[in-house]
Amino acid sequence: MSDTTNILVCGIGGQGVMTATEILSEAAIAEGHDVKKTEVAGMSQRGGVVTSHLRFGAKVLSPQITPGTADVLLGFEAAEALRWAHYLKPGALALVNDARMVPPVVELGLFTYPDDPIGDMKARGVRTVSFDAASIARELGELRLGNTVMLGAIADQLPFSAGVLLDCIVKRFARKGEQAVEMNRKAFAAGRAAALQAVPA
Amino acid sequence: MSGNEAVARAVWEAGVRVAAGYPGTPATEMLEQLSTYPDLYTEWSVNEKVSLEVSIGASMMGSRAFCAMKHVGLNVASDALMTLTLVGAEGGLVIAVADDVGMSSSQNEQDSRFWGRFAHLPVLEPSDSQEAYDMTRQAFDLSEEYRTPVLLRLTARICHVKGLIEVGERVEHQPKGFARNPERWVMVPGHAKRRIPLMLQREEELKRLSDQTPLNVLEPGSDRRVAFITSGPTYMHVREAFPDAPILKLGLSHPLPLEKAKALAAMADTLVVVEEVEPLLENELKAAGLAAHGKDFLPRIGELAPEIIKPAIERLLRKEAAPPEPQAVPLFPRPPTLCASCPHMGVYYTLSQLKNLTISGDIGCYTLGAGHPWNSLDATICMGASMGIALGMDKGRGEADKNKKVLAVIGDSTFMHMGMQGLLDITWNRGNITVLLLDNGTVGMTGGQNTPANGRDIHGQGAPRIDFRRLVEALGVKPERIHEVDPYQLPVLFKAVREETKIDDVSVIITNRPCVLIDEFKPFKPYAVLEDKCTGCGNCVEVGCPAIHVTRRDKVVKPSGKEVDLAFTRIDTVACTGCGLCVQPCAPEAIVHFAPAGTVVPIVPVQPV
Repeated sequence: MSDTTNILVCGIGGQGVMTATEILSEAAIAEGHDVKKTEVAGMSQRGGVVTSHLRFGAKVLSPQITPGTADVLLGFEAAEALRWAHYLKPGALALVNDARMVPPVVELGLFTYPDDPIGDMKARGVRTVSFDAASIARELGELRLGNTVMLGAIADQLPFSAGVLLDCIVKRFARKGEQAVEMNRKAFAAGRAAALQAVPA
Repeated sequence: MSGNEAVARAVWEAGVRVAAGYPGTPATEMLEQLSTYPDLYTEWSVNEKVSLEVSIGASMMGSRAFCAMKHVGLNVASDALMTLTLVGAEGGLVIAVADDVGMSSSQNEQDSRFWGRFAHLPVLEPSDSQEAYDMTRQAFDLSEEYRTPVLLRLTARICHVKGLIEVGERVEHQPKGFARNPERWVMVPGHAKRRIPLMLQREEELKRLSDQTPLNVLEPGSDRRVAFITSGPTYMHVREAFPDAPILKLGLSHPLPLEKAKALAAMADTLVVVEEVEPLLENELKAAGLAAHGKDFLPRIGELAPEIIKPAIERLLRKEAAPPEPQAVPLFPRPPTLCASCPHMGVYYTLSQLKNLTISGDIGCYTLGAGHPWNSLDATICMGASMGIALGMDKGRGEADKNKKVLAVIGDSTFMHMGMQGLLDITWNRGNITVLLLDNGTVGMTGGQNTPANGRDIHGQGAPRIDFRRLVEALGVKPERIHEVDPYQLPVLFKAVREETKIDDVSVIITNRPCVLIDEFKPFKPYAVLEDKCTGCGNCVEVGCPAIHVTRRDKVVKPSGKEVDLAFTRIDTVACTGCGLCVQPCAPEAIVHFAPAGTVVPIVPVQPV
């Protein structure tokens, strides 16, 4: 359905893909949308591939995004973003954390990890914005803020204001105290800035 | 709410007093959620058969009862199920069975709708979270009205999909009390013979209900090229892809509403059944004389995702190929693997270093030992099967396998689920098997549920704790053949496996470190590789830890003329939790604690478990 927004979030088990998508769906609910979210879990927490599909609009039927129909891709890992790039609509934007998470099967020399996954995405014509979420989080003093940096990056690509998403993050961290909220606000702002700076024309 | 959370909410609201289950993807969260609600008894049972029996007992008392399991769990529970259908339900009894269509985390793919046919039970199939909630509530009413157990058939794409749902409040159902009635509850042949006609009569009544109930909706639609019969998650995909097509949406999919299906067939030129896995509805429609398409052009394996259904039906209609979907870039695989510091890793590293072993495996995280770099499992069938299969391998071996050592590897929860009987069979029948009982104190693969091995119940409250040493001794293993070892101590583990496999008897080696995902696990200090000391031997990579990364590869020619590949490494100190496994095979002692200079810490931390 044309009024449905499709967001694909991908990464590997343990990176916070599902939590990020959960917060994105809370924002969509706060905006009054019907929302469905689906992922393949199970063994994914053992370092496997994780994708989370988020669809929202007036009325959502199927929870699954079909290839070629995602409005935006949020990639937590470079090669995973490349793996799922074909889900994007032609001309749609991919926001990618350029972290390289190399699995044991590659370290054992059984497979190869692409030299430049972000470059490969661009070569395939995908509008790609990349940034280093871990470095941004580390500069703010807490590696775990990477998730909020990622949410900041997607904040300006949604059909609602960034403030709605930020409110959902703040609500989630409120019980951890004012300092945690403040750190997350900073991480969100840094993620927004990093993505906006790099958005191609 | 996810489908599983929605089911749990509805079970609670329906006034259920007893709910039981065994963890299994994608069903786990139903019981996990239910355990957080007040005013009902919940338990993790030791296996699915017991969970169903607990539910049956509660229903006999007149209480509403619920049990939840994954598809293969209902195989285990099926002995109880097939006679339960004769006695029927007193208090409403709903059995939720979750099929892992697409096999994200299962050893097979099977269609649990068959059980409805086999056991003559009604099958309800929700297609999203709201329906999972609604149908669960209705299932209890249906169960009591027809005095039948009800199968609530879910798939991963219902269990793990979140959507918005409207909920209600709990309505208490006080049990009427147990009505002693041996002719109904004691299934000896004489009694059972009288119950079979009642079961068949019930199924006839349900058949009539199926054509009347609003659970089965005939949506007419204006696009009369093709009419669809579908149920479960595929309904949503079909409705989205063909918004104006006539659809018969089955909520009560067994017994089939044949009159409604005939009315639908008259609405379009082509009738298509969209059902995942087996052509059950399709065959029933064909048997009733309706010309239906289905598995002649839709896949029989895996999920019928929207990108599969739409082009397939367009091809059927236009008889021409639809434009190709955007293609994925071929990339390296990223299979699930053991966590950093996983206590199973040392076991598989040890097994991979030993020769002449035949290893019978089981179901759990440790099934991952079949993967790289360990490649140390030779067979896996189902829960608890490692025991019997190992014994069969021992007894069935011929000349070719005369010198092989047969081992069985099983986890704590799986051992209590269905492995204990197998071990008893091994001791009783004098097998020559070395059993590795990997006790990590939890059901790891499904996210760390409690088991009798960690002495906590479903709520995390203290409960009697099983002592594996005494248990296996009671099952007939000689005390001197039982060893409890620390799986982080490779030499100890290596020695225990090598010596026990030499002895012609049953041995049990129990490992005693907790799963890294549960609270009992306390991370140790992380390690780092000293770059100037690393010789690139690659031994640490062979351990298989996801925190070890190769920084540089090289080749050297040895004096013998043999070319050797080198892999220089680093340790991701954020991911490393300091188990010390990689330290032990490192010949140049290049792996040391990542710590400020001057700190003295033992290389392999040993602490009481």
